[in-house]
Amino acid sequence: MTDQNGAQPLLEMRGINTHYGAVHILKDVDLAIYPGELVCLLGGNASGKSTTLKTLLGMVEPSSGEVVLDGEVVNGKPTSYLVERGVTMVPENRRLFKRLSVLENLELGAYLRNDRDGIDEDLERVYDMFPRVKERLNQKSGTLSGGEQQMVAMGRALMARPRVLLMDEPSMGLAPALVQTNFELIQQIHQEGVAIFMVEQNANMALSIADRGWVLQTGRVVLDDTADKLLANPDLRASYLGEG
Amino acid sequence: MSDTAMSAPADLAPARAPLDQDWRKVVNYGLVLGLALVFISLTGMPDGLNSRVIVEPWLSMGYLSLMWLPFAIGFAVTHEQVLEGMVQHKRGARELFAGAVVGLIGGLCLSLLVYLLDTRDLSDPLVNWNQPLLDFLTRDGSVGEGVLLWVGVSTALGLFGGLMRIVPALGSRLVRAVILTVVGAAAMEALIDDLSEGVWKLEGVVEWLYHPREGLEPAGAIALAIAAAFVVLWLGRQLKKGGAVYNLAREAQPLAVNAVSVVAVAAAAILLPIFLGRLTNDLLVNVGLFVLLALGLNIVVGLAGILDLGYVAFYAVGGYSVAILTSPTSPGISPTLPFWLAIFIVVGMATLAGLFIGAPVIRMRGDYLAIVTLGFGEIIRLTVRSDWASGLTGGAQGMLSIPGPDLNIGGWTLPLVGWTMPKLEVDLMGTNPQHILYVVMFFVAIAIYVSWRLENSRIGRAWMAVREDESVAEAMGINTVTAKLQAFVVGAILASFAGAVFAAKVGSIFESSFKILVSIVILVIVIVGGMGRIAGVVAGAFVLVGILGGPNQPGLMAEFSEYKLLIYGALLVWMMLKRPEGLIPNVRRSRELHQEEFLQDAWLRGEVDRDEAGSEATTDEGWAPA
Repeated sequence: MTDQNGAQPLLEMRGINTHYGAVHILKDVDLAIYPGELVCLLGGNASGKSTTLKTLLGMVEPSSGEVVLDGEVVNGKPTSYLVERGVTMVPENRRLFKRLSVLENLELGAYLRNDRDGIDEDLERVYDMFPRVKERLNQKSGTLSGGEQQMVAMGRALMARPRVLLMDEPSMGLAPALVQTNFELIQQIHQEGVAIFMVEQNANMALSIADRGWVLQTGRVVLDDTADKLLANPDLRASYLGEG
Repeated sequence: MSDTAMSAPADLAPARAPLDQDWRKVVNYGLVLGLALVFISLTGMPDGLNSRVIVEPWLSMGYLSLMWLPFAIGFAVTHEQVLEGMVQHKRGARELFAGAVVGLIGGLCLSLLVYLLDTRDLSDPLVNWNQPLLDFLTRDGSVGEGVLLWVGVSTALGLFGGLMRIVPALGSRLVRAVILTVVGAAAMEALIDDLSEGVWKLEGVVEWLYHPREGLEPAGAIALAIAAAFVVLWLGRQLKKGGAVYNLAREAQPLAVNAVSVVAVAAAAILLPIFLGRLTNDLLVNVGLFVLLALGLNIVVGLAGILDLGYVAFYAVGGYSVAILTSPTSPGISPTLPFWLAIFIVVGMATLAGLFIGAPVIRMRGDYLAIVTLGFGEIIRLTVRSDWASGLTGGAQGMLSIPGPDLNIGGWTLPLVGWTMPKLEVDLMGTNPQHILYVVMFFVAIAIYVSWRLENSRIGRAWMAVREDESVAEAMGINTVTAKLQAFVVGAILASFAGAVFAAKVGSIFESSFKILVSIVILVIVIVGGMGRIAGVVAGAFVLVGILGGPNQPGLMAEFSEYKLLIYGALLVWMMLKRPEGLIPNVRRSRELHQEEFLQDAWLRGEVDRDEAGSEATTDEGWAPA
């Protein structure tokens, strides 16, 4: 892995192996996310994408290898330890707390924070970014449309004031038009300086906005390159994008 | 409110002919009615409740248990879906006809039962297939009289149910108020009797209202009906005005008004037990104990979403801890502490029990968790009964002579200041329900305060997040194991308070008081009342334990005790179908609904600017199904 401009990676996986019982899911996975970049992890079904996210966030314990945050090994630390230090996830399919109001969802995003002023400030920032969300604050989040739910899910993640946002399949379950808006939103958040690690099946779309990417196949990283080169890579086009 | 508002467009819609019916629906409802009437008759409930007279000598609770059905189903069959406030047709003869036909079909079914009761003997599988049931259904007359009676009564009541759709809203409110008042007054005869023997010397009035044996005098019933009508016509409007004034004041000065309300409720709570008779106090104590239990379970199930079916375990822990610590005759350790000192140790014991049961259980989810808690509930009871623990708990013999919760503090001197605290001694007898009611209210107040604070706190929000989606909650940085354990322990402590008071009240303790049924009843209270809502849980306890009775405690309707579980079950099914949010639903949700109603009414009456209300009503939330 290249050390970009000699900077230290924000979040890193070194030789990670993860098992679910006897099943070997991740096999010697190495990843590095640098501050402020937008990277994506591509892979088909059951390639281990979601497990990678869960391992990064400490929700699944790796059987060997290290998860490193700011140079500190954080294996075995609780999820809250990582969330507090700026690692936040937007779960697959948005997964809002459906019976809670939009405001409650946003507040829960800031669960680990105690700075009331900062939280209010970030709420305003979220309202600026998603004016629709502000209109719906006291509505139960389960009654929102898919696009609005996506906004709340993003807003909820931003309320943790993340340095790196882990996004699990942001395009899943959304209408094509919404996928486009959604990727614009991701770019917007990225431009504010938040590093984004995106797990996707929609390779074309993801690579069109990402800086770098990895391709995961049955738990092993098979390709690791810049987005442009990956898009041009005939192997990827053949096996993954279904062309050729 | 909505009924009056709909009358405007309804006048424009054409009426439909009486025979222009959805016959399939009418026949279905009629058969359901018939089946229900036959089923209820065969449970033995009507005959069993026949001894409870409502209006001497015409009407008993037994007949009422059948007669409400044609009325209710006649009303239900004429229900029309009102789409977007537009009534499809003018109501009239068609509704009456549908109600009458449904009633007729139901009456024919019951008549068939009367005929079969007379001619066939099916008493082998059906235990209630007997002469008393036949006598009850025919009012000791011939079969023909019985058939005529039920066909006539059922048809008339079905027609009456349909009539409720036609009369203006005020009319149906009047009917409802009159029925509820007369039946309520008869059902609460013992309670009212008890009250009149208290401070207010109302025996004369009560004697005039009620028959010497039981039930209302016909004249008394008529007087009550007139009083109810008066209340609806005049007092209802006054109350509405008062409510509006209260709401306005509350908006202007929320803190002051809330403080006044709290003081008023507290004053009422302190004064009330003095004026109530022994029976009422005892009833309220039982209700209070279940309020306490249900509030605790509400935290576990309603807020944190942990379906605990073995909640009775913590009730038992509280009861047995107090018994061991305070009773002079407890077999093992017997420190004979005063109740209020023991309470602190009880809190510790409950915490330990909560952690001990919670730790293994909490890692499971959904059905598995429910089954394991069910097991633990029984394990605690069986342990208490076992030979192994009987040295400490008395086993099946239980423990006796548990003293009351006497309050005995003060008399200490602060060493440096030299100030002696005045001695405070209050003898609270366990056998005196009035004393115990104060103790119960003290703990209920604590429970309500704790529930209310927790609900709006950081930890309350964490519980709700865990309830909604555990893995996402974890991803938000919530420690889900800790959060769930906290909920378990808080619930355990509240239940142990109830157990402690129960032990001090009864003065003895046996493992049979802590059977699985108690867990179920508490859960039903929480569900029927409205999960996650404090007011709902309190209302649920009053309705279920106060009126129908708890698992071992008689309620107002002591006659119901045999059919209590049948009614619990029916109520639970009905609630799940028609009102899943509970008796007192989510405040926020109901506010949304009321706002909608208000806007629609205002729009129909043309009272507000059409454009403004129109645009408001067409936002997508406005069309959510009510």
